[in-house]
Amino acid sequence: MAYQYKMKLTPEQIDILEGRQGAVKAKVMETIVRYGDMFEATELVPVTHGEGHLVTSFGLSLLKPVYRIMDELIDAGLKVEAGFTADPRPHDMKNVHYNPIDKLINKKILYGKQDAYEEQLRKLGLKNDDSFTCTCYYPEIGNVPGKGDILSWAESSAVNYANSVLGARCNRNSGMIELFGSIVGFVPKFGLLTDEGRKAKWKVTVNTTKKPIPQILGSAIGIKVMEDVPYVVGLDKWIGNELTDQCKSYLKDFGAATASNGAVGLYHIENVTPEAKELGEALLEADYKEYVIDDAELERVYKSYPVMWKQPQKEGTIAFIGCPHLSKTQLEEWADRIISGLKSAGKTKVACQTVLCTPSPIRKEFEKTARYAELRKAGVGVTSICPLMYTSNPLTKSRRIMTCSNKLRTYSLARYYKDDELLAIITGKED
Amino acid sequence: MKEFKGRVLNGGYFKGEAVVSHQGVNTLASFQSSAIMHSSKLVIADQNNPDIYKHNITGKALCLPQTIGSTTGGMVLQVICSMGINPACMLFSEHIDSLAGAGVILSVVWENSKLIAIDQLGEEFLDTVKTGDTIEVTEDGTVRIL
Repeated sequence: MAYQYKMKLTPEQIDILEGRQGAVKAKVMETIVRYGDMFEATELVPVTHGEGHLVTSFGLSLLKPVYRIMDELIDAGLKVEAGFTADPRPHDMKNVHYNPIDKLINKKILYGKQDAYEEQLRKLGLKNDDSFTCTCYYPEIGNVPGKGDILSWAESSAVNYANSVLGARCNRNSGMIELFGSIVGFVPKFGLLTDEGRKAKWKVTVNTTKKPIPQILGSAIGIKVMEDVPYVVGLDKWIGNELTDQCKSYLKDFGAATASNGAVGLYHIENVTPEAKELGEALLEADYKEYVIDDAELERVYKSYPVMWKQPQKEGTIAFIGCPHLSKTQLEEWADRIISGLKSAGKTKVACQTVLCTPSPIRKEFEKTARYAELRKAGVGVTSICPLMYTSNPLTKSRRIMTCSNKLRTYSLARYYKDDELLAIITGKED
Repeated sequence: MKEFKGRVLNGGYFKGEAVVSHQGVNTLASFQSSAIMHSSKLVIADQNNPDIYKHNITGKALCLPQTIGSTTGGMVLQVICSMGINPACMLFSEHIDSLAGAGVILSVVWENSKLIAIDQLGEEFLDTVKTGDTIEVTEDGTVRIL
């Protein structure tokens, strides 16, 4: 029996749903319409920023149904017309150290479908081989929506950034739903696509004596508000009112922490983010709740993170920096800090395996610089993989991974360190 | 006997055992290991969820507020449905979240799964139902704790 839809559909959308553009496209449309009906969507609206972004970039062997659906789509001649970017690749044997067993597990067992899956992605509209990053919105990648654009994305940190910093509109979708929306060119109108859904249920006051670490501030807010929209006041004092490269990098890390420690898809920063600049406190719902964050609250949240290592008393063995991927500015800052940190500690090599993660167009340019040569000499790797996917290998569970990313901490057994603490460990200043 | 009524997302009849999580279920952290190991049963692997950690939920009624975690969550739910190791029902006390919602729809449309999904059963439902309780679910979204 045909699906009895509840929302308002246009004649074109009904045509697709009823199979007049092919059976597979009808199934794709049915998925999108059912999804919208489940969330009381009023209608389907056109995706105005056609470039998609896929959260599934990895040929994880367990995702058999995904590969089967991809084949169905390809056989039916369907694709994302404007092309798409995708999350980072899972491994990089050149720039990250893998022992022979790791190589075997990554290439043959865990991600054994990687090459075949990338071939499917190319057929469906993957833009190019440099399109693998969680930060597709960097200018170097070029998948940058405008204010008010409707998107069909799923990567939680990218959705969070696009909604908050760019003022685009996208729900916190699941993988596959985002691909289907990009293929049919429509998404259901509900939640963060509506003015009402973008209002803040929380007013968060930042009342600290110094610039808060974005990873911990975002974590505190995410844990408190979960999927609600926060309106943050008092942060502009520390990050300024202009969306400079440094401000955007700060918000990228802050947002990823709100999205992973909670489920935040959109935040407003008073006097900073586009909608907050435009509408101010009118973005607050009438019965908003309040949360005040001071130095003590940030310290409380930081100290609440469990250390999941099997031997927590031992030193870390590998450090990952850049989840989400580092911007060009951040990469250069980390390079300078590591190089000067080593010099001041009287060392020539980093104390543990250290990996900086950044999109490949940024990495390729960086590889031409003297900074890169110095970093390599010091034993630092620069890669474009997803560090989270590195941790899918069960053998890494005993590896005492360190990170300054709250997202990586949340989804793996990695131990979180503040930037300065991690830098001291890497450069051997702790000795 | 206590009775609750929710919204039917995918209907069906079920009588069997409940497994209850009072916190959001992290789909990726909970289901990934069983999927990777091609296991014949779905054993919860999320150490951060003591309510259901190490419980086998295949063929049972998973009672939860919502799901949380990675936006791959919907696909992971689809995978365990395609493997046939899914819970028979997912009974949400709150409005279903977008990741679980996507997973239910992907499973129904693309895997012909019979996964029963009911949401908005209310806070009292989760306060009342206990792991090991026998429950009955009917087509109209009624859940009885027997």
